[in-house]
Amino acid sequence: MARPDADTGIPRPLRGALLLGGTTVLAFALLALVHQATRGRILEVERARQMQAVEQVLDGVRYDNDLLLDAVTVTDRDLLGTTAPVTVYRATLDGEPVAAVLAPTAPDGYSGSIRLLVGIGVDGRLLGVRVQSHRETPGLGDLIETGKSDWILKFTGHSLGDPPLERWKVRKDGGDFDQFTGATVTPRAVVGAVANALLYFEGHREWIFSASATPADKRIDP
Amino acid sequence: MDAAATFRNGLGSQNPGLVQLLGLCPLLAVSTTLSNALGLGIATLAVLLVSSLAASLFGRWLLPEVRIGVFVVTIAAAVTAVELVTAAWLPELHQSLGIFLPLIVTNCLVLARAESFASRRGIVEAAVDALGMGVGFLLVLVALGSVREILGHGSLGGDLELLFGEHARGVGLRLFPAHSGWLFALLPPGAFILLGLMVAAHNWRIARRAEGREEPDVGPAEQVGS
Repeated sequence: MARPDADTGIPRPLRGALLLGGTTVLAFALLALVHQATRGRILEVERARQMQAVEQVLDGVRYDNDLLLDAVTVTDRDLLGTTAPVTVYRATLDGEPVAAVLAPTAPDGYSGSIRLLVGIGVDGRLLGVRVQSHRETPGLGDLIETGKSDWILKFTGHSLGDPPLERWKVRKDGGDFDQFTGATVTPRAVVGAVANALLYFEGHREWIFSASATPADKRIDP
Repeated sequence: MDAAATFRNGLGSQNPGLVQLLGLCPLLAVSTTLSNALGLGIATLAVLLVSSLAASLFGRWLLPEVRIGVFVVTIAAAVTAVELVTAAWLPELHQSLGIFLPLIVTNCLVLARAESFASRRGIVEAAVDALGMGVGFLLVLVALGSVREILGHGSLGGDLELLFGEHARGVGLRLFPAHSGWLFALLPPGAFILLGLMVAAHNWRIARRAEGREEPDVGPAEQVGS
């Protein structure tokens, strides 16, 4: 059996390079195979996950277009909470707009940004709000998750006039929305972000439904 | 050393979680629920087995100056493969483990076993050692995950569907409502303290056994990893 110190006629530094290079090529080949074998399935899973998230905030609204393809990308730091492009999905039925799903960010959570998904009917009423990701305190701020409490479900049915804009706040700030015991910052951030998303939708409704779809590969998905 | 002793080594006297204290970062971060702990434990076991087998097969032909480099490439490839497979077939678990799945690469337990054990042993012995270490790590993860889930969420196996699919939904036990759980157990300090208690219990058991046998040299192991 060839020992590392055996004389193979190849200079030692070269042998080291060959060993390391050979391993890298083998590892590369293995990963290429695994990537090929899993790629389709991963894309499918990813798509199903997105679809499920978007459907959740559409609250059963009927539509007949391909939501994930028929989306536009917008940017509005003040109302959507991030400088990054935000995806807006459009739901239409027989070509008529019925709803839109925005993916805004609440930049002022207790520990960083809270990414939301907000479904809005074409009439400006909220169909549903869900949290996509957050880093809020477990047991306090994470009550914004549907698995932990039904707080976030209470947005459904509200709109910019209901309650009036100045009451789109948590109770502690004189608004209509409950905060949690021991956690005000998180609900305050979410309520603010949802109100801003509604404002954005109201200001851009025509454009959102008339703009041509952004190609999927140019989009930053939520 | 016979195979059974090598295997027991990983479970007891050289347990990576309780004695060598290797791989603490994922151990503490992911052990918030039983199913997370089980998922990461199995993934780590798989990577450990693959990398130890590779190290045992090729270790003796490697020059010392590139050996660690070759092991790192091998481990990184194994972890990436495991990660892709998990993303494709266990997507919920993949989401739940998040960054800690790719971070198995940095679990020093994997490199340590490849470098200090497997590369110098036969393939069977390396496999048995990897299994022993992997199962030992898995057991500590599962124990810590169970305790933290019970104290913090009031349940045991409450999200096993992440691991075993929809038909495992509702298999877990609910001991008390989640909102009255002891939050501290879910946060990092709780993880440290619970692991500390487990290490203390393990050392106490080993010390008591040593006393019984009057063999001072079998005292609590002092080897500490990073």
